Amino acid sequence: MGYTINRRQFFQRSALRAGAAVTALGLDLKPAIAAARELKISRTTQTNSVCPYCAVGCSVIIHTLGDKARNVHPTVVHIEGDPDSPVNRGTLCSKGISLKEFVVNERRLTRPLHRAPGQAEWKPISWEDAYTKMARLIKDTRDRTFVEKDEQGREVNRLPSVAMIGGCTDTNEINYLLSKFRFGLGILSYENQSRL
Amino acid sequence: MTNGWTDVSNADVVLVMGGNPAENHPVGFRFVMEARRKRKAKLVVVDPRFNRTAAVSDSYTPMRAGTDIAFLGGLIHYAIENKLYQENYVKLHTNASFLVKEGFDFAEGYFSGWDSGAKKYDRASWQYETDGQGFAKVDPTLENPRSVFQLMRKHYARYTPDAVANICGCTAEEFRKAAAIICSTGKPDRAGTILYALGWTQHSHAVQLIHTAAMLQLMLGNIGMPGGGINAQRGHANIQGSTDMGSWNNLPGYLKIPRANMQSLDDYLKANTPKALRPNSLNYWGNTPKFMVSLLKAYYGKHATKENGYGYSYIPKPGETENYGWGPFFDKMHKGGIEGFISFGMNPVANGPNTPKMLNALAKLKWMIVVENFETETAAFWNAKKLGEKFYPTFVDPTQIQTEAFLLPAACFAEKDGAFVNSSRWLQWKRAALPPPGDARPDQEIMSRLFLAVRELYEKEGGKAPNPLLRMNWDYTNPLNPSLEEVAREVNGREIATGRQLNGFGELKDDGSTVCGNWVYSGSWTEAGNMMARRGQEDPTGLGIYPNWSWSWPANRRILYNRAASNAEGQGWDPLRTPIRWDGERWRGEVPDYKADAKPTDYGAFIMLPEGVAKLFAADLVEGPFPEHYEPVESPVPNPLHTNVSSNPLATVFHGPLDKLGEAKDYPYVAITYRLTEHFHYWTKHVASGSELQSNFFVELPEELATAKGIKGGDMVKVTSARGHVEGPALVTKRIRPLKVAGKTVYQIGIPIHWGFVGRVRGPLVNNLTPSAYDPNSGTPEYKGFLVNLEKA
Repeated sequence: MGYTINRRQFFQRSALRAGAAVTALGLDLKPAIAAARELKISRTTQTNSVCPYCAVGCSVIIHTLGDKARNVHPTVVHIEGDPDSPVNRGTLCSKGISLKEFVVNERRLTRPLHRAPGQAEWKPISWEDAYTKMARLIKDTRDRTFVEKDEQGREVNRLPSVAMIGGCTDTNEINYLLSKFRFGLGILSYENQSRL
Repeated sequence: MTNGWTDVSNADVVLVMGGNPAENHPVGFRFVMEARRKRKAKLVVVDPRFNRTAAVSDSYTPMRAGTDIAFLGGLIHYAIENKLYQENYVKLHTNASFLVKEGFDFAEGYFSGWDSGAKKYDRASWQYETDGQGFAKVDPTLENPRSVFQLMRKHYARYTPDAVANICGCTAEEFRKAAAIICSTGKPDRAGTILYALGWTQHSHAVQLIHTAAMLQLMLGNIGMPGGGINAQRGHANIQGSTDMGSWNNLPGYLKIPRANMQSLDDYLKANTPKALRPNSLNYWGNTPKFMVSLLKAYYGKHATKENGYGYSYIPKPGETENYGWGPFFDKMHKGGIEGFISFGMNPVANGPNTPKMLNALAKLKWMIVVENFETETAAFWNAKKLGEKFYPTFVDPTQIQTEAFLLPAACFAEKDGAFVNSSRWLQWKRAALPPPGDARPDQEIMSRLFLAVRELYEKEGGKAPNPLLRMNWDYTNPLNPSLEEVAREVNGREIATGRQLNGFGELKDDGSTVCGNWVYSGSWTEAGNMMARRGQEDPTGLGIYPNWSWSWPANRRILYNRAASNAEGQGWDPLRTPIRWDGERWRGEVPDYKADAKPTDYGAFIMLPEGVAKLFAADLVEGPFPEHYEPVESPVPNPLHTNVSSNPLATVFHGPLDKLGEAKDYPYVAITYRLTEHFHYWTKHVASGSELQSNFFVELPEELATAKGIKGGDMVKVTSARGHVEGPALVTKRIRPLKVAGKTVYQIGIPIHWGFVGRVRGPLVNNLTPSAYDPNSGTPEYKGFLVNLEKA
C-alpha cells in the first residue's frame, strides 16, 4: 500500500514541476498535456502486475477506475511500465504499451458456450449446466478407459484416452493446481507451450 | 537463463543466435545495448535473416536454418586448435579430464552402440572408466587419448572453417571473423554470453544444439561468470514457471515421472537418486527422497503415509519407453485413440505443427474443453472449413463432426494474482487489478469446480479407480476457488507439525514431516511472507543482481553455477566480476551455488551433477554424448559429413497419411518461421493496435529468387509444403542472402506466425506448412528449416 502512495506523490511532484515550467516557458503545450495526464490517472487505483506476453518479465502498473464502491465494476484506464523494476525501469515494448486493449476488449469471452455434436454454432450455456455435462463426460470416459494395471499386471493408474495442455501464461500456482488435476484423473498426455 | 536479463550488461561479447531480441524481446535487448555502451561489448549475430538485432551488431554471419551444431562445433574446433579456451577453468570445472570406456567411438554418422534394428543406442560404451569404488578415472593433464578432452578434440576435428562454410552456407572467412570475436572470451578477465530462443529449440536436434552451446561456453570459461552463461530468452510470460511445474514426463521441480517398472516408492528413489561419480561431488540430487516425499505429502495430505509409500501408487505411470508428449498424443488422437481433450489457454490448431493433421485429430474427439480469453482456432476447429476458406479443402463440414465442445471464458492476467517466472528465473508476484468481465471466471475456479464436480460423481456413484482422484488433496479454505496465496504457501512448503513455512529446500525431510509442492520454489513464501512480491532496489555487488527484487529460484540465486566463476582457491577469475568469493571462512557476495561454509577444495563447483563438474561429454541425451551435425528432417542437401546418416536417426517422426515429408526436388526452398515486434503469438490479432500496425500476413523472400521467378514486391505468392499451403503478398528482401551449400545455391524463405482464421485480422496459419517432426529429447517440433516450394499465385 505504501507503494501506491509513492506513485501518487510521484505524479503530484511531476505535475508541480510541469506547472513550474509554464511561467518559465510562456506559451507551451506541456502544462496542458501534463494536466490532462494527471486527470487521467489521478483518481485511479494502481495495482502492480506483470506483462503477460514474452518472458522478459516487465512489471506494469494497472490503473483502474470505478472500484471500491460496492456493485461497481472497475475499468482499466491505463497500463504503464513500472519504473521501480530493474528489468524494464518503466519502459514497455509496442505490445506491452497497448495492454489495456487486451484487457478491455469487446472480443473477450464473457459467457460459457457449448457446441453440440454435429452443430454449426455455439450456444450459450450456464456454468452449472456446463459443469454437469463436462463432469459426466469426463467420468464416462474415465470409467470406460482407465487402466489400473498394464498387460504385465503392474499398477499404473493412467487415463490414456484424455489429453490436456496449457499453463504457459498462467501463474505457477495454477500450473501447480493443474498438476494435481491431471494426476488426480490419471492424465499422462500433458504438454504446455514450453515444449513448442 | 543461467544468468538473467540484468546480467547481460556485464558481457564483453554477446552472441545472439537462434533468437532476435531487438524485435522479440525489445526491453531485454536494452541490456545488450548497455553492455555495448558500458563495456564496449561486441554483438555477434548468426542468423538466416539480417534482422534488426543484426542491424546493430558488430558482426553478422548468415547461415542456413538447422545447421547451428555445425557452426558451434566449428567454434569448439577453432577454440581448441587456436588454444583460445580457458585451460585452467576447463581442467578445474569440467569433465575434460575424465576417461571414457574403450568401446566408445564415432564413425559414419553413428556413435558406438547403435542398434540398427531397434533404431536406438545401447549407451553402455558411453560411460566413464571407473575405479574399484565406482568413481570415474581422470587424467588431469588431459593428454590421455581416452580423456573427454582428446575425444572431443577428435570429434570436432572435422568441423574446420571450410566444413562449417560448406554446411552452413556462410564463407569460411565470415566464420573466422565471428569465431575470433566469440573465442576472445576464453580468457579469465573476459566474459561472453549467449542469447538464444526458438531458433535453437525448434529443431529435430535441438537439445544437442543447446548442449553444443553449453560445451562452447564451458571451454571459454563463461559459465557461472557475470556476463556469461547460456541464456534462453523464452517466449511466454510463464513458460519458465510451467516448465518448472512439470510436463508429461516431469513432476514439479524436475523430478522424473515414475515409470511402470518402478512399482514402489523405494524402486523410484533407487532409480532416480544418483550416486556421486567423484569423491568430491556434493551430488545434491542425492536429496531426491526429501523432494519426492514432500511433494507426495502435498499431493495426498493425510492419505500419504509411510505405510502406503506416501500415496506413490496413485501417480499415473507410463511404461518404461512410452512417450506421452505432444507429437505422440496428437498422433494418437488423429488415429481415434483419445476421447477427451482439455486446453487451459493453449491453441494447438495455431501453434502446433501440421495444422491439417491437427484439425483432423480434434474432429475425432468425443469431447473438448477450451478455457480461454478469446475464441481461438482450436475452439472453433469444427468450423475450419468455413472460416479457413481455401486452406482446408478436404476438411469436413460441422455436421460431420461429433465433438461436443465447451468454450469457457477465463480471467486474463490482470484479473488474477499469482507468480510469473521470467527468463531470469525471477518469480514476480502480481496482484489482481479488477474482476473478470461478464461471467468469465479465474482458471483456478474453473479447474476446481470441474475437478470437484467429477469427484462428487465418484463419491455418489462410485466408479473406476476412485482413490487416485478422491485422495488428491484439495483441502483449501475455499476448495471451489482456492486462494492463490494459499496455493503459493503450499508450493513453498511447511513443517506439518508446527505449520511453520520453510525457509528453503534445505529444511525438507524424507520422513513425511514436511510438505512442499515444488522444491525448487522452496524459499519463495517463508515465515517472513511472500518473497516474490519484494520490491527492493538494492544492488550491493553492483553486478545487476538485485537480490531483494522478487525472488529467484533456486534459493534466490541469480547466477547459476557461480562457484565456477572462481578458481581453485575460491578467488574470482576476474576480480572485477566475481559473484562469490571465499574469505577463508565462508563465501561472500551472491547466494553461493555451493555449500556456504565449505572450503573451495571440498567439492566440485557443479553441485547438482554426480561428476561434481560440468559435462562436456554427456551420456544423458539419446543421440550421443557429443553433439553431431544432423540435417533437418527435410533438407535441401544430404548431410555433407555423412550422407547415409543425414538427419537425426532418433528424431520423432510419424508415418500417417497427413505426415508426409517433402524432398528437395519438389520443395527446393528452406523455410523458417518467426515473430514480429508488433504481435504476440496468436493473441494480439484480437487487439486493435497490433492488428492495425501489422494487419497482413506476408512471405519474405530473397530478391535473387524473386527475380528468377518474376515476382515483384506485393505480388501474391503461394507457398506449399508436403502438408499444406499458405498465400500472401511477397516481401522481396536483401535481408535473406542466397547461400552456397555443398556446391548448391540454397534460398531461404521467411514466414511470420501470428495470423489465423479467428481474430480482428485474419490470414493463413504458417503451421499449415510445418512437419510432424520432433526433437527426441524435448519433444519440440521442427518449425525452423523445413522444405517448401514457392510460386506466383
